[in-house]
Amino acid sequence: MLRKSNRVFFWVMAVAALSLAGCAGSGSKENASATPTSAENGINTSGVANGATGNGNALGSGSASDLSQHSVYFDTNKSTIKSQYQSVIDNWSRYLLANPTSKVQLQGNTDERGTRSYNVALGENRADAVAQAMKTEGVSSSQISVISYGKERPVCTEHDESCWQQNRRADIVQQ
Amino acid sequence: MRILILLLGILGWGCAHADLDITVTGGEAAAQPIAVVPFQTSPGANFDVAQIVQDDLARSGLFNPLKRTDMLEKPTDPSQVNYRDWRVLGMNDIVIGQEQLVGNGVAVRFYLLDVFRQQQLLGYQMPPSPPDQLRYVAHRIADMVYQKLTGTPGYFDTQIAYISGHGLGDARTFKLIVCDSDGKYPRVIAASKEPLMTPVWSPDRKQLAFVGYQRGRSAIYIDTLATGHLRKFSDEPGINGAPAWSPDGKLLAVTLSYGYNPDIYIMNVATGHKRRLTHSPAIDTESTWSPDGKTIAFTSDRGGTPQIYEMPVDGSSSPKRLTFQGKQNLRAQFSPNGKSLALVNYDGSEYRIGLLDLQTDALRILTDGPLDESPSFAPNGAVIIYSKRTSRGTELATVSVNGQVNQTIKASGDIQEPAWSPFIQQ
Repeated sequence: MLRKSNRVFFWVMAVAALSLAGCAGSGSKENASATPTSAENGINTSGVANGATGNGNALGSGSASDLSQHSVYFDTNKSTIKSQYQSVIDNWSRYLLANPTSKVQLQGNTDERGTRSYNVALGENRADAVAQAMKTEGVSSSQISVISYGKERPVCTEHDESCWQQNRRADIVQQ
Repeated sequence: MRILILLLGILGWGCAHADLDITVTGGEAAAQPIAVVPFQTSPGANFDVAQIVQDDLARSGLFNPLKRTDMLEKPTDPSQVNYRDWRVLGMNDIVIGQEQLVGNGVAVRFYLLDVFRQQQLLGYQMPPSPPDQLRYVAHRIADMVYQKLTGTPGYFDTQIAYISGHGLGDARTFKLIVCDSDGKYPRVIAASKEPLMTPVWSPDRKQLAFVGYQRGRSAIYIDTLATGHLRKFSDEPGINGAPAWSPDGKLLAVTLSYGYNPDIYIMNVATGHKRRLTHSPAIDTESTWSPDGKTIAFTSDRGGTPQIYEMPVDGSSSPKRLTFQGKQNLRAQFSPNGKSLALVNYDGSEYRIGLLDLQTDALRILTDGPLDESPSFAPNGAVIIYSKRTSRGTELATVSVNGQVNQTIKASGDIQEPAWSPFIQQ
């Protein structure tokens, strides 16, 4: 009697993720190009207007949104936003408020320590924290999506704190 | 969103991947001397079954096989065996056999003989097998010899699923691979430019559930190995992760966060119906089912740090914490007999594999770290496979549950998240 159950036929599934933005999961540091100046000009005026109508916190007036920073970094095992990164969130919130059709994907990441599935959850907590902070500033949830890569998409692979701290991050990726 | 499905056949991808390279680095002091004599072969029936049997037994660390060059005789039938000569060589037991062409298949016959008592312990005629399946006949023979001599079922006729990652950053690609328990014949089941995670075997060994990503969103898939049919099983917003099959194969415990934070849900495999099991605002993930199907152990940081908790599957009482040693405990796996949990323990500086005795609460650390994770039991409960970070990347390793036998398993790229298959159901 042949043991047919032993014979397995193998399929290969290649999932080609053709991202519209071309940068989902990509190193967002490489996509640090400045936004078009027309958008920045739009932000100047719209930002003031939104602030005046009392949507969330007033974000001030007259300054262009600096979108060159698009990562928020975290302490080990933590997902609380540190005050030094609040300006990154403010800048992006201001931009999104001024451009209601623009969207961002918030990508949570962790360093290599700890287990893979737990780190997916921790990464999501980090991206969620940034999303919550943006929503507090009035950004619509329709403009924000949250994903987590856990520790699967490191930007560096050294086994020390100087690398780990670069991986404990939420990236803000324009869609 | 386009999905490319490539049917590449068994040989195409199989040949493109190197076998896993296994090195045994520790062994039982009392490894039993055994001789596995080359089987009699004939034209069309000359696959070296005996070498695979010998390699399996050696890899367990419980046996010390005699080198072929030290064999004075090469009997292939009990009538040819001169027991005194084998006693002189210090052998406890010998395995001999023959391979014969029968129609389109090869029939293997083998004997296990006790040298001191000069008697046959096992004698079997294996059913004819296609020539390219003879390695599985060899693994089954090794299982029978192992069980007869140790009292524990063997674990050689099994498969290991794992994830292989290559490249860095945006160029990183992932493959889900299944290989034999000796690391040979790796077959690519799925490939992706986005992460693939946590492969888990169905109890009947016919399916693999795993996590895949598309444009950053995770989903749980079920692959049917014989047909390659891929079912997208759970695709909620947020996390779809950490699948775990119930022992009867009808349910999957999964981690979903669409209810705001990561919680464990019990889902019916056939219908997709889901029932929420955990209700805390903490992270609850990494489920494992007890072999009686009544309890789930899982990772939760509801107490401030990740620890292992257990609760009844029916939700009739609230979770009970199981781990109190070290700073963190994660990613538990029930042993096949349900009496212990393999887990990842963090003492503040290293992540190492530990074994928690559920009756005594004693935790024994089995590995050295500094970053060991993803433990999975062989189906006989005697060996644990896990991933370890080394200077070369991430590799697989095994350790016996008494901590004495160790192996490292290298391949190209980072290999991680091993899942040892159940036994084939007879």
